[in-house]
Amino acid sequence: MRVFVGGLLLVFGLQWLRKAILRASGHKALHDEAMVFESTLAAARRPGDQRRGLAVDWYAFTLSYKGVLLEGLEVAFIALTFGANQHNIPLAAAAAIAAALVVAVVGIAVRAPLSRVPENSMKFAVGVMLVAFGMFWGAEGAGAHWPLDDAALLVLVPAVALYALALVALFRRRTAIASPVNADAAITEEATHS
Amino acid sequence: MIRRIRAFGAFWYDFIIGDDWVVALGVMLALAITFAVSRSTDTPVWWIIVAAVAILLPLSVFRATGRRR
Repeated sequence: MRVFVGGLLLVFGLQWLRKAILRASGHKALHDEAMVFESTLAAARRPGDQRRGLAVDWYAFTLSYKGVLLEGLEVAFIALTFGANQHNIPLAAAAAIAAALVVAVVGIAVRAPLSRVPENSMKFAVGVMLVAFGMFWGAEGAGAHWPLDDAALLVLVPAVALYALALVALFRRRTAIASPVNADAAITEEATHS
Repeated sequence: MIRRIRAFGAFWYDFIIGDDWVVALGVMLALAITFAVSRSTDTPVWWIIVAAVAILLPLSVFRATGRRR
């Protein structure tokens, strides 16, 4: 179980971290979250969305279904791994439900679009955590014993973050050497979003 | 029916493998090597996954930047 979930976390984390590094180093455009929010809101409010089966609004149904399936699967993987690691899956499931309730309450209280969250910084942090936890559980599941046991995570998380930041600096330098104008534009664009 | 099965497979491929299959293959290989070495010796094997990530992450970024040029 741990090797499977750890491996999945590691694959997801490396994908997130790669995209965050590409954005931070100017190789990939940063999302204009405000524009994405407005266009999605406009599409969601468009009248005439057809009714299919039991779904009154097909657009809203598919949007909610995709969100719940993708994010729910990730939560399930993380809760299962935490639970399996401590031999207490019910406690991990209860903690996940409590976390979902807290996030829902905060979301209702704040009522602000996600565009106000610094997207790339958030993705960078999530990528670092996923990679560090994925490495830890994947290797443990495959039979490895970490020095310092669970405390190894306290070394792994900052080490992965520092390595990723070093890669951002390295690939930003490569962008600047390859195309100074584009690099400046990318960095300016990033600065306006951060 | 075939179209739906294909779409279902494409969804899972995109969800798990993403846009760089080398990462998924590398992680799988690193975990398999960790498992094999941990079974056959008493030497520490935790470094294998660390080394794999240290190689796979810059390689994947490098491949992505190469594709964009």
